[in-house]
Amino acid sequence: MADKKAAFLAAIPHTIPVFTGYIVLGAAYGILMDSKGFSILWILLASVFVYAGSMQFVAVALLAAGFDPLGAFLLTLMVNARHLFYGVSMLNQYKGLGKLKPYMIFALTDETFSLLCSTKPPDGVDQKWFMFFITFLDHTYWITGSLIGGIVGSLTKFNTKGIDFVLTALFVVILINQWKATANHLPVLIGIMCAVVSLVIFGTSNFILPAMGGILFFVTILKKHVVEVKSV
Amino acid sequence: MNYTTPQLFIFFGLVTLGTLLTRALPFFIFPEKKEIPKYIKYLAEVLPYTIIGMLVVYCLKDVSFSKAPYALPEIISIAVITGLHLWKKNTLVSIGSGTVLYMILVQFVFI
Repeated sequence: MADKKAAFLAAIPHTIPVFTGYIVLGAAYGILMDSKGFSILWILLASVFVYAGSMQFVAVALLAAGFDPLGAFLLTLMVNARHLFYGVSMLNQYKGLGKLKPYMIFALTDETFSLLCSTKPPDGVDQKWFMFFITFLDHTYWITGSLIGGIVGSLTKFNTKGIDFVLTALFVVILINQWKATANHLPVLIGIMCAVVSLVIFGTSNFILPAMGGILFFVTILKKHVVEVKSV
Repeated sequence: MNYTTPQLFIFFGLVTLGTLLTRALPFFIFPEKKEIPKYIKYLAEVLPYTIIGMLVVYCLKDVSFSKAPYALPEIISIAVITGLHLWKKNTLVSIGSGTVLYMILVQFVFI
């Protein structure tokens, strides 16, 4: 019990940027669903079970366009294909998680992944529960945000324009930390270059899959040059 | 939107399933007892360094360099975040200041 409490307390500060981002984006999602006539129950179900930020927004747009569940399924696979990379990256770190593992795989979002691969628990804090609480807290923030949006979102006066930049800022900071943590910057550069080139060629809605293909291609053929990358 | 409850369950169920598949597939292919091939181990080590860069681009994908304000709010904020982070090395200060600055820029400066 003391173990879990220590892990919980150690996890909280790391999740603050995600807290801000998820409360705001979650609220935006709640407002959107509410405006399309969905009850608070559907908002809750979608945020608990789908739990895939951008895809939840896309799903609303798809429903507005007509009932095509198979098309939605295939689009989900494409939009969320980047998660495959997260899973591969976490194969080792997720070993021995036992009964926590299915949940932690289910809840592995962009933001949770970025925290899990960039933070380590302080000495003496249990790694397993530390990772679990980061995952669980993020999920809780997202659900809370979307409920707030569904209930009171449309009443708020505070101008939140631009606050979703908090997630961009989080990724930029992690990128800087990664850059400093390793002498070999080739992998970081491959990631950025493939994404930028793919974005220019394929446009905003289709660039992720080609970017992933490009990343796989270059890290494979440049394996010799991507010598040991130290962990953060 | 006029959909029946079963229709919505099917729709959200499939979106959930699709998301879950992309998250779980690597763990199904390489269960804990199975030896992970060397190549996959290599990918596991190197991919995190490539994906974060991709995520930054993903976040900025809708920013236009050819239309006003020419990505200036993003460029300025990211420059400040970078400078601040190299100087103070405090994650929350860098993220917090960068976000507040960005909000000020898009709400009051580059309207």
